[in-house]
Formats: sequence, C-alpha cells, structure tokens
Amino acid sequence: MNTDAAGLGKGRAVAFVLPALALIAVFLVFPALWTIYLGLTDYRLTGLAAANPQVVGLDNYTGALEDPRFLTSLWLTILYVGGSAIIGQAGLGFTLAWILRARTGPVRRIVEGVVLLSWILPSTVVGFLWFALLDRDEGTLNALLHTPGFAWLLDYPLLSIIIFNVWRGTAFSMMLYAAALENVPPSHLETARLAGASVPQQLRDVVFPRIRRHILTNLLLISLWTFNDFTPFVLTGGGPEGRSEILPVYVYRVALRDGQLGVGAAISFLILLINLVFALAYLRLLRGQRRQQEVAAAGGPPA
Amino acid sequence: MIRHVLGRLTATLFIAVTLAFFTLPMLWLASAPFDDTPTITTSIPEFTLRNFAAILDNPYALGSIRNSLIQGGGAAALVVALAALAAYALSRVRVPGRDALLYLLLLLSSVVTGTAAMVPIFELATRLDLIDTHLGVILVVTGGLLPAAIFILKDFMDETPTSYEESARVFGASPLQILRHIVIPLVRPGLATIAVWALASVWGGFLFQFILLRDPEKAPGSVILYTLYTEGGAPRLELISTFSLLYSLPVVAMYLFVSQRYGFRFHGGIKR
Repeated sequence: MNTDAAGLGKGRAVAFVLPALALIAVFLVFPALWTIYLGLTDYRLTGLAAANPQVVGLDNYTGALEDPRFLTSLWLTILYVGGSAIIGQAGLGFTLAWILRARTGPVRRIVEGVVLLSWILPSTVVGFLWFALLDRDEGTLNALLHTPGFAWLLDYPLLSIIIFNVWRGTAFSMMLYAAALENVPPSHLETARLAGASVPQQLRDVVFPRIRRHILTNLLLISLWTFNDFTPFVLTGGGPEGRSEILPVYVYRVALRDGQLGVGAAISFLILLINLVFALAYLRLLRGQRRQQEVAAAGGPPA
Repeated sequence: MIRHVLGRLTATLFIAVTLAFFTLPMLWLASAPFDDTPTITTSIPEFTLRNFAAILDNPYALGSIRNSLIQGGGAAALVVALAALAAYALSRVRVPGRDALLYLLLLLSSVVTGTAAMVPIFELATRLDLIDTHLGVILVVTGGLLPAAIFILKDFMDETPTSYEESARVFGASPLQILRHIVIPLVRPGLATIAVWALASVWGGFLFQFILLRDPEKAPGSVILYTLYTEGGAPRLELISTFSLLYSLPVVAMYLFVSQRYGFRFHGGIKR
C-alpha cells in the first residue's frame, strides 16, 4: 500500500519515522559500527592491548577463517537453524495452525495457550525448567522413561538444544501461519477436496501459493533470530568439547572467556555477512514470487 | 470415508503428543514451589506454602519484580509508540529505499543484540551516564527491539484498508485525527501483540541488564534469579522454583488480559 490516504505528507512522515530512527541510530547502528572498527584491532579485555589497542588490519578475519573451531561452529549453527527453526518451528507451527484452523472450543484454546506459554515464559526461568527436565541424575525425563543416569545434554547436546528451541519458538510460527491461513478462501479448499485432491495436493496447489509471502517472512525472521540465539548456552555451555558451540556461543568464548575482544568483534561481523546472504536469498525468492503474481494477474500463463 | 476417519485420528494423536511435549517441561513450575523438599524431579508435592514466605524474606526478590515492571513496561511502551508511528508512515508514504533500510536494520538488530556489541554498548552507556539507571536498560533494549517491531507492524498496517482514512479525509479530518480515531483502533490487536512480545523479551532478558546494572537494588528478576544459590554454589531449588513461578505470573497475566481484550494475533482488524 503506497497511497498516502490520510494526507500525511512527506514532512509529517519524516517526523513520524525520526524518533525511532534516532534511537536505533544511537543504540544499534553506532555500536555496530564500533564493533566493526574493533574487529580491525587487537583490542583485549585485559593486558597491554586493553589500554592501547593497535589496528591490525584483516588479521582477525584471516585468523578466524583459518580456525577449525570457527568452521565447525558455523556448520553446527547451520544444523541448529535448519533443524530447530526451518524444520522444527516452521514445520510444527504450520502443522498446528493447519490442524487447529477448523476447530473451535477448548481443544484449540488449550493447545494454543500451552504453545504460547512456552514462548512467553521468561528465558531465565525456561533455562531452569529444561535443566530440571534433562538433568542426568534427577531429571523428570529420565524418571519418566526409566533411564536413570542418561546424560541427554552430554550425549546428544545438539539435538537437545534443537528440541529445546522448537519448544521455545514454535508459537511465533503458529500464530503467523494461523493468520496467513485465514487468507485462503474455504470454498477453494472445498472445491479441491471434492475434486479428490489429497491433503498434500491441497497444500501444494491451493494453500502454499496464497501464503508464500507469509512463509518467506516467517522463515526470514526465525532464521535470523535462531542464528543469533544465545539461550542454548544456558543448557550446554557450548559443550561437551564444543559439540553444541553455535556461533553466538563461540563469539562469547573468544571475546569474553579468552578476552580477545577484537577477534570476537571480527567474528560478529562475519556473522552479520552470513546473515546478509541468508536475507538476500529470501528477498530473491520473494521478488521472484511477486513477478509471478503480476504475470498471473495480467492473464498470462503461470510461470 | 476411511481416509477421513484416519485423518481425524492422526490429527487427534498429533494434538495429544504436542500437548504432552509442550506441557512436560512446565510441570516442575507447578509442583516444586509447593513442595516441602523440592528436588529437580517433578513429583506430587508434600504441600507447603513455606517457600513463598522464604522468598519474600529475600531482600531483593519483590523489588526486582518492581524493577522488571519499570524496565519491561517502559521498553514496551516506547517500542509500541515509536514503532507504530514509524510503521504507519512507512506503510502509507513512499520513501525511496524503504524496504532495503528495514531489512538492513532487522539484520543489524538480530546480530547486534546478541553478544556482539556488548563492549561498545557498555562503553556507550558509561559515557552517556546511563549505567545503573532504568532508563539505560530501557533505551538499549528498545533500540534492539524496534526494527523487528516496525517490520511486523508495517506488515500489519499494509493489510488494513485505506478506504476508512480516505473517507475521513473527505469529511475534513486532519491527519492526526485520522491516526488517533481510525488507524489506531484498526490496528489495536497488532499494537497489543507487539506490546506483549516486547515485554516478554525484556522480562526474560539477562545479558544487557547484567552489564548495565551494578546495583542489586535496580536489578530485574531475571538477574536476581541467578543469585539464589547457597554460599557453596548449589542452587537453592525451593527459592529458585518459587521465584520462577512468581516471576512468570505478571507476563502470563498480561498476555491473558491482552488476548481477552484485543485478541493476540498477527493480522489486521478488518479484511479487505
């Protein structure tokens, strides 16, 4: 929508955007630029380089790219985002929205309520809850499964944090898809069903083309959030032996535990670039879809 | 017919498994606070309310919930107000490079709010004299939440029809009147959703609150929760579980209130 229906005018529009932009500029853009600068120095938490950091150019970047732990960490992060955000949250969120769409009454309210509750509970509280669930000696899960002493967080660290993040974040996708599914006319689904289309066929031919924009927005947001999510640190601390050390935890270890603030800042900038690639890929898909719609609207054959 | 019954059965089974999956971790929060001798295992409690008396004796517990209310409420109000104005203007007036700018800010916010910009933010807050102030926490977390809030709200505003604004304009309403009497009521569910989302993020936030506040009198509950250990470093489960429950109640109450009153959803009030 680009029509200025309320007669806002350029001047007022700028005045409306300005306060938000000013705050973002001071507390987001400025620290980000500072981080980029720090990435070019040998700034440290303690010692000589803490008082008087020297510019070292691109050393931090070449160092990070050659560090096998960085590449392992990047691979773990991709598995974490793919497993917990794209397959887990988006998949489970869509399935729930699809199953619940036609239902009303207590079942729907209870399921939505419980899923949303896991999203709304404070992160610090949630950390303790999952600790109590997965603890090796006294965890509830081991008590239920009669597997005393099974160390979930040590034997399956990556799987544990993936399932944890599915639990934590599915609500957002569920809500977004529930809203999106309301844009699909029930009559179209009914027609497809009467024509004998199975559920996967209905989804492919009737539902997905209509909610593609929502799917892409959702995937973009949850991928970015999951990629930069530090919460798994509460559960595994990145261990054992770095087997759940996703990139935000890696940055924390390099910058704060090892005290190499400059290197940490450089890695943060690399993470930003990787996220940029993600975002551009999504935008590409989004734009491709818009062109398709225009062709369809013009009466041309669906590309 | 058989296919229909099977589909129905699968759906019901799926709902049951999902419910179990989402409820299981929360059971501890319902049992341990009332247990005389809580352990990590979820069990039927030996009922007592003594843990609540014990947590109220902690000098910082109640005050920290008040601090969380100030910081979370302040940030949520600021996020909603600034994001709504910006999202409306961006939705209705064509600004060159608008989408690119939004995506870039969204990207920055998700990377920077992690551990990345911790040092610059600490130094910035020190120089602006914002250390140990509620305002410092509010401004820093608001800066991090705003891009996503504008992004989601703009989607929301794009979906609401402009015909109401057009007719109000025909009848001579000023842009500000239109905003107050037409646009805000239309997008109220969106504003409420963003408010709950912002409050819930700040409520559980730990990192920035931990760096920016030295004085335990000003610390929010999410930081105080990590102080409930014995001198030997063992977690005091009776205090941790009880405080976790108390600390969760305000956000849950706010969510229930908002979803009752405005609906909790991600789309416009009126269909085109």
